[in-house]
Amino acid sequence: MKDASKNQPLDPSGIEHVAGLARIRLTREEKEKLGAQLSDILGYMEKLKSAPADDLEQLSHILPLKNVTRPDEPSSPAGSEQYLRLAPEREGGFFKVPPVIEET
Amino acid sequence: MPAFQALNRLSAHELAARIAAGRATATAAVRDCLERIEKTDRRLNAFVRVDREEALEEAGRIDRELAAGRNPGPLAGVPVALKDLFCVKGREVTCCSRILEGFISPYDATVARKLKDAGAVILGSTNMDEFAMGSSTENSARGPARNPWDLERVPGGSSGGSAAALAADQTVAAFGTDTGGSVRQPAAFCGVAGLKPTYGRVSRYGLVAYASSLDQAGPFGKDVEDLALLLEVIAGHDPRDATSAPEPVPRYRDFLQADPASLTLGLPSRDTLKGMDREVAAAFRAAVDTYAALGAKFVEVELSSLEYAVACYYIVSTAEASSNLARFDGIRYGRRAPGVADLLELFEKSRAEGFGEEVKRRVLLGTYVLSAGYYEAYYGRALRIRRLIKNDFDSALAGCDCVILPTAPIPAFRLGEKIDDPLQMYLTDLFTISINLAGVPAVSINCGFTGGGLPVGLQLVAAPFREDNLIRAAALFEGATAHHLKKPALDDR
Amino acid sequence: MSEFETVIGLEVHVQLKTRSKLFCDCPVDWGGEPNSRVCPVCLGLPGTLPVLNRKSVELGVRAALALNCRIAPFSQFHRKNYFYPDMAKNYQVSQYDLPLSADGFVEIPREEGSLRVGLARAHLEEDTGKLVHFAAEGFSGVDFNRSGVPLLEIVTRPDLRSPEDAYDYLKVLRNLLRTVEVSDCDMEKGSFRCDANVSLRLSGSEKLGVKTEVKNMNSFRAVERALSYEVSRQAELIRSGGAVVQETRLYDAASQKTFPMRSKEEAHDYRYFPDPDLVPTELDRVWIEEISAALPELPSAKAGRFQRDYELGFYDAGVLTSDPALAEYFETAARACANFKTLSNWITVELMARLKESDTPIESSPVPPEHVSELVGLIDRGVISGKIAKSVFALMCDERKPPSEIVRERGLVQISDESELEKVVEKVIGEHPGPAEDFASGKEKALGFLVGRVMKETRGQANPRLVNEIIRRRLSG
Repeated sequence: MKDASKNQPLDPSGIEHVAGLARIRLTREEKEKLGAQLSDILGYMEKLKSAPADDLEQLSHILPLKNVTRPDEPSSPAGSEQYLRLAPEREGGFFKVPPVIEET
Repeated sequence: MPAFQALNRLSAHELAARIAAGRATATAAVRDCLERIEKTDRRLNAFVRVDREEALEEAGRIDRELAAGRNPGPLAGVPVALKDLFCVKGREVTCCSRILEGFISPYDATVARKLKDAGAVILGSTNMDEFAMGSSTENSARGPARNPWDLERVPGGSSGGSAAALAADQTVAAFGTDTGGSVRQPAAFCGVAGLKPTYGRVSRYGLVAYASSLDQAGPFGKDVEDLALLLEVIAGHDPRDATSAPEPVPRYRDFLQADPASLTLGLPSRDTLKGMDREVAAAFRAAVDTYAALGAKFVEVELSSLEYAVACYYIVSTAEASSNLARFDGIRYGRRAPGVADLLELFEKSRAEGFGEEVKRRVLLGTYVLSAGYYEAYYGRALRIRRLIKNDFDSALAGCDCVILPTAPIPAFRLGEKIDDPLQMYLTDLFTISINLAGVPAVSINCGFTGGGLPVGLQLVAAPFREDNLIRAAALFEGATAHHLKKPALDDR
Repeated sequence: MSEFETVIGLEVHVQLKTRSKLFCDCPVDWGGEPNSRVCPVCLGLPGTLPVLNRKSVELGVRAALALNCRIAPFSQFHRKNYFYPDMAKNYQVSQYDLPLSADGFVEIPREEGSLRVGLARAHLEEDTGKLVHFAAEGFSGVDFNRSGVPLLEIVTRPDLRSPEDAYDYLKVLRNLLRTVEVSDCDMEKGSFRCDANVSLRLSGSEKLGVKTEVKNMNSFRAVERALSYEVSRQAELIRSGGAVVQETRLYDAASQKTFPMRSKEEAHDYRYFPDPDLVPTELDRVWIEEISAALPELPSAKAGRFQRDYELGFYDAGVLTSDPALAEYFETAARACANFKTLSNWITVELMARLKESDTPIESSPVPPEHVSELVGLIDRGVISGKIAKSVFALMCDERKPPSEIVRERGLVQISDESELEKVVEKVIGEHPGPAEDFASGKEKALGFLVGRVMKETRGQANPRLVNEIIRRRLSG
């Protein structure tokens, strides 16, 4: 399976797709460089296939904690100003973004 | 002439005792640190932000408290440095990323809160690999930090600034986060002690997340007693972190005296330890001999799953990171690319301009391993292997108090040496990352030096919530050796 | 239309009735200044972490029990990753392959046998913020007040066969959720939202056709209309040799049509994975039983009881139990009333027509239930006639006074004094000798005319039963 790393979908169009999902615009040089490096890394990941783990359950939480909850008690909000002033752009009480078209 | 020694050179417990006894002031301690930073940081670049005025003000407040006979806490007047990802109210937190430039945190991380409550004085923020992604502190938007033992070499990473600052006596204590070795490896490279607590031991609330299932905050100390003291302050359950454990916090300083005969160490097989640098291997063997000479017992442990740890880690951590870092989009805070025409540009350009190359690499990798058609082959598979690794540590630690390992297979490397080969860089994390995957605690202490004078780290690993065993074993070694007392000959001019 | 079978599935989001948000302690409320109910957690500030609101789990379980769902012994939150400016973290915390509950059903009561609608799942998730568009100014604004509000998403199986089915399902669902008090289900305030998947297939075929997703429907009627439009649109398309395109369409209430969403839709790849910040929820038997024991009577049981205890018909019992507040209204009124059938008529016909006119919910009815009981009592005791009662009821609504007071004030008491009525009867017979003779000679029809005249003379206040008797006595004697 050595070739698995060579035919990874991280050719320029594959990397473009992934970058689109991640919302990072890449230059052509970046696509080439990162694509090659990631293909390399993914090739290294192939070793996981041989690990004796087929019968093991997936482990997503390392501690056996469960039912961690808080009571339904509202706090009094601290006001919007201290948050709005963090925004790169704002308009009145809103965080400002370019116009979003949702209408038909 | 210890009486005239600058206060910044002291350990945290020594300084705290002096201040509490009225033989030193918080203000003097902070001044000594600031002066040291002033003299050395142009070369080290360990700090990315020094909060001079705030620190002096806080030190003054603590001195007044003490003068009034009140006890401001176990760290009263101790200057500390925080990696640039701990949120401190009213201070800029950037994770050494362009995308967070100008972000002033409106809230305190639980760790920051606890440190303030214990009387510690926050000097400022330390350099790091952007968003904690890296092993050298070269991936910093603020330029690389340097190793005080050799300015041509990296301090390790990602908490390299904290380790370098402490090693250079710019601060008395420092904190970092450890997702795959980011406290222990820089501690090893810089010759200080560093501890990664059990996952869930310290609250993650207010630490900018890299990989949520692996991240833990940990202390850097000048000796093991400092680690015990600092851990006592920051550990404990936090209702704001659902993954923080409701375990009681012992007084870790009670474990500084240990009977060597009661200590059983697990030594991995030769095979596990292959690929180590020759001098690191020698220092490691010498450390094992030291323990043996002290009377500790040894058992051999099998950690064959280490083979898969790097691959497993770079799937789990990047997958989580790809999601954790999605919030950086230039809308609610941080930096927005100028002149964006539409929503897509707002997202894509802000993130393209805001993130550095390593962050992009990991976010893309993480996005890929979670994407449709690949989830099972990569992420799902990695989660199974994570269980394999945890099972390995569970059985190894069932038969001993601590597993003993090198911290890193190599000593500090030269700046730029590995930056263009990410996979080779990742492989240097071999001995640290499996510990995060298993969620167990580990400590790195100085166990000697290479011929070129670079420190070598020894790593001890314990069962979950058995940090007491780490303190016992590490204190025992430290008591029998003098490596930790050696300071880098950093030219003060 | 019988060449095609309509296949509809609905996704409903209801806002759970908690006081604080799902993962932080910001208050849940409606209206107010933008971004006034936010904190570092629901704004997705770096370093913040979610902690689950226990009440939202309990409300979710309550709802799931009412919806006959299987409660999962082990559930987990996942992250649904996609970028959108109303998302504080650019992922939504939701449930994926380990939802809180699954495999339920809702029964729509029908006289000929109820219609069972299967539910695939009911799961918890956080709401997003809200985008406000300032078209003239050329920007959009984000308000995160709603960000992190707890929602329960209830997904049906494709079991609905017509827009009417969909409408009925929504009514039954809302009634259930209101009855168990998990949500206000107020569409106007966004606490009840519905999206639909619609497709057609050739009658008799098993294979599902290509579906469209219809959004932006702001009332139950809008859902019905949008689906009707969408069904005929698809049918025409197929008949004319075209093909339905899988897409999201928005309903436009003004034209009552659906239109494809203009914004470019990319293929979704949500990259779900278990949220490492939130630990699993394990619901043990004890916890579930605790919640189950606190459940109120469900609408179907209540309808059965109304038929049994109040001797009401299927239809009346169904109407009265279609809303928990209405059922409670009836039961309060019934406590002071012996004639349930008449009471039910007054409530379901007169009162509800009145409320509908002014778009008033039963909770704010101008007439308290006790007044309706009193009105029915007045009729039953012969104090007022049914006809007068209608005017009295109108006055009850306008003046908000008890019926007895209205009757007294306006002298609307029925005349049951025989001697007084006899005088009027004499007068009417004297004025209409023709009809009087007709009746005397056996023409029953003439009686009605004479009674009518007497009623007119007394402005409706005469007791019609007595008038009848007196005329008969007088003319057949």
